Amino acid sequence: MDHISPVLWQFLVKWLTNFSLFPPEASKIAPEADALFFFMVLVSFIGLTLVVLLIVSFSILYSKARHPQAVQIEGSTILEATWTIIPLGLFLIMFVWGALLYFRIYTPPANAMNIYIVGKQWMWKAEHPGGQHEINALHIPTGQPVQLTIISQDVFHSFSIPAFRVKREAIPGRYTTEWFEATTPGTYHLFCTQYCGTNHSQMIGEVVVMTPDDFKKWLAGSTSGNSLAQDGERLFASLSCNACHNARPDSRGPSLAGVYDSKLTLSSGQTTTADDAYLRDAILNPSQHITQGYAPIMPTYQGQISEEGVIALVEYIKNLDSDYRVQQTLNTTQLPADNEGKPAAAGKAPAAPKGVNP
Amino acid sequence: MSTTAVVGLPDRSTARIPKMNFLTKENGLLSWLLTGDHKRIATLYLISITFFFFIGGALAGLIRLELLTPQTDLMAADTYNKVFTMHGVIMVFLFLVPSVPATIGNFVIPMMVGARDLALPKVNLLSWYLYIIAGFMVIYTMAAGGVDTGWTFTTPLSTHYLNTHVISTGLAIFVAGFSSIFTGLNFIVTIHKMRAPGMTWFRLPLFVWSNYAASILMVLGTPVLAITLVLIVLERTVGIGVFDPAKGGDPLLFQHLFWFYSHPAVYIMILPGMGVISEVVSTFSRKRVFGYTAVAFSSVAIAVFGFFVWAHHMFIMGISNYAALVFSLLTMLVAVPSAIKIFNWAFTLYKGSITFETPMLYAFGFMGLFTIGGLTGVFLGTTGTDIHLTETYFIVAHFHFVMVGGMLMAFLSGIHFWWPKWTGRMYPEKISQLAAIVTFIGFNFTFFPQFILGMLGMPRRYAAYPPEFQALNVFSTAGASILGVGYLLPILYLTWSLKYGAVAGNNPWQATGLEWQTQSPPLTENFPEIPIVDHEAYDYDWLEKQSQKEVASV
Repeated sequence: MDHISPVLWQFLVKWLTNFSLFPPEASKIAPEADALFFFMVLVSFIGLTLVVLLIVSFSILYSKARHPQAVQIEGSTILEATWTIIPLGLFLIMFVWGALLYFRIYTPPANAMNIYIVGKQWMWKAEHPGGQHEINALHIPTGQPVQLTIISQDVFHSFSIPAFRVKREAIPGRYTTEWFEATTPGTYHLFCTQYCGTNHSQMIGEVVVMTPDDFKKWLAGSTSGNSLAQDGERLFASLSCNACHNARPDSRGPSLAGVYDSKLTLSSGQTTTADDAYLRDAILNPSQHITQGYAPIMPTYQGQISEEGVIALVEYIKNLDSDYRVQQTLNTTQLPADNEGKPAAAGKAPAAPKGVNP
Repeated sequence: MSTTAVVGLPDRSTARIPKMNFLTKENGLLSWLLTGDHKRIATLYLISITFFFFIGGALAGLIRLELLTPQTDLMAADTYNKVFTMHGVIMVFLFLVPSVPATIGNFVIPMMVGARDLALPKVNLLSWYLYIIAGFMVIYTMAAGGVDTGWTFTTPLSTHYLNTHVISTGLAIFVAGFSSIFTGLNFIVTIHKMRAPGMTWFRLPLFVWSNYAASILMVLGTPVLAITLVLIVLERTVGIGVFDPAKGGDPLLFQHLFWFYSHPAVYIMILPGMGVISEVVSTFSRKRVFGYTAVAFSSVAIAVFGFFVWAHHMFIMGISNYAALVFSLLTMLVAVPSAIKIFNWAFTLYKGSITFETPMLYAFGFMGLFTIGGLTGVFLGTTGTDIHLTETYFIVAHFHFVMVGGMLMAFLSGIHFWWPKWTGRMYPEKISQLAAIVTFIGFNFTFFPQFILGMLGMPRRYAAYPPEFQALNVFSTAGASILGVGYLLPILYLTWSLKYGAVAGNNPWQATGLEWQTQSPPLTENFPEIPIVDHEAYDYDWLEKQSQKEVASV
């Protein structure tokens, strides 16, 4: 083989040994997605073969040499109906099958564990509820449905894990979700697939799938000390949210205990569910999201809290089932105000929490 | 000879290039720059879009070279982003959209309907000037440093996060848009109002039908793109905030508006190409197109459904699941007319008398590649599989199969088909057949590996990629160099044929269209007198009787 350059030779050997037509199937949905994919490949292959066979055989049978005089034919309603109805039928099967898959991929089960993802030029940040922060990596356990709540803090990005066959756009100013249940431990590609500027191709990372035991160890070893909700609690106090949302008889804002997932009636008369998206909008753009019976006095926090900060607040409100802690923090945070001039003696003043924009 | 005014001239062996034709009637640069003749304007378009095709093609070559290795070594990531953006902008707006309609359509539609010119010759010239202005603006953008938004201009990247020449590019496309609106308008008026006596709608060649459908899309769709680009420009200059979430705007709205044009634009690009294929397949199998009415109406069906599928570009963008469902269903419906066309062309061959000249080889290439392109479109129109495949090389391969494998093949088929009519001369047959085959092989080598890359998950628009994807990228780049040869060959032998090609005569292919019943190159007025049409389209018996009559009268 000395006439083939060794570089090329090595290259071919390497490629042939690693050849694959599709990525590993590492999630529960992957084999289902591939089943539809291969059905479509099969239909396409048959369709293409049919077209090629028709063209080739007619070209041979009716070439000018063999068939000097063309026979004029106007058309055939039966034939035309055939090649209208059969493709339509096949396409409709694909449509229904695909729609079932789509709804499955985008409808998270109720018991899914939630991880927040923030995309920014050019990195992915993952926020686990236990307070583990990751950049360009995502650690998840097998056998547990995981829901990602995704947002972008600048331009459109797209969170894609080919081995799981899932992908979802990260949109500025809006939460989107995707979910999956990993099945095979290993390390898989994480790509940003929506073009997002200069280093788009560097916005990649690793999805590390671990057995539940390994994942527990990882969680314990990677904690930042505070859970996401605790971060949120400190932010809640430092932004003085509890000055109004404190469930006192004279409070100016509604109590937030148990508000998550409840039905709210807004001052506009609309009813809405207080989900993640609503909580985010209500923090950043409160005047459009006033609960009925309250005055529109809440200032906007647009531009004052980072997306991670909002996530921490949302996570905090999500886990708030009583007003007890709110009132506790209220008492401690009001201390510095009461003892103006000597903040050093003010007991436990909150340190500048993570996530507040400088 | 009283029933028809079609003029017969001596056949090929004794033919000379007629002294008086549209090319020789007037001389000098001004006679070209101020012409109202649709054939001269078509020639101007042909030269200018070929120029931009080669710029766009050179950029494609740079993209493939960069992707030869996994690292960013040929150019920096920013440069790569500018290169693929300019490739997309030039190929879509300055080549594919005007390719068949503004060149071939401009040249043959008036002759096909039996008219002396388009209805609005000055508007036709204006549309070429607008195209040229847009072209200069794009060249200015490139010279000034380029733009790196991607041809899709996704907000808020294009409005708030990039410091490149978004405004000049946006305005260039805005101007190019008017060029295509005017072309479409001109075609619609001409086809409605200028048909020769006896030329009823169902006697029109299918090329006219498909260009008519594309014209409707141009006239109704392009204004939306124009408005959207103006909004981008206003957002950048005065910050109106329509797409800015911080000001209460919706960044996703941009994509709705953009794809409301840009999906129909796909049909603007492909429909005229389909028209070419109908003409070529019929001519070289010497048989009427199988199911003429079905093919004609499938063009109209594509045009109508084409407007209601835009959100299939946004299945993963967080649109409502139910909206995704509706758009997916409509996408399935728009796939059917394309399938109908493919089978009708295949059955046109049935019991024909087929010859395999260059245009026919390109047409076969189109049918094979467009079938793959169309079927892979169904993968992307199906919501469940779209999630994995969208935004990867699968989608790149899919639209290159449709746009390059489909449209460009059709364009080359058409150019080779009407070249004898256009210039009065034949090109060398063997080498042009070779070019058609080289193009087909090179194309498959370039783009087929990209389907596998996409399935493996390689994202599009990546300047660098994980090393495991290298082998397939090397195949793709190798194929691109073959493809490049396939595209350079026609330039060489077609230029050569201008001077040295054999004289073509009126009707070298024995085709039935009215454009073939006049001299080559045609007179400025197209016909000595307006023909009276007393036969259906693709009536080969009529053509036979015509030539017998000529023999008798000679």
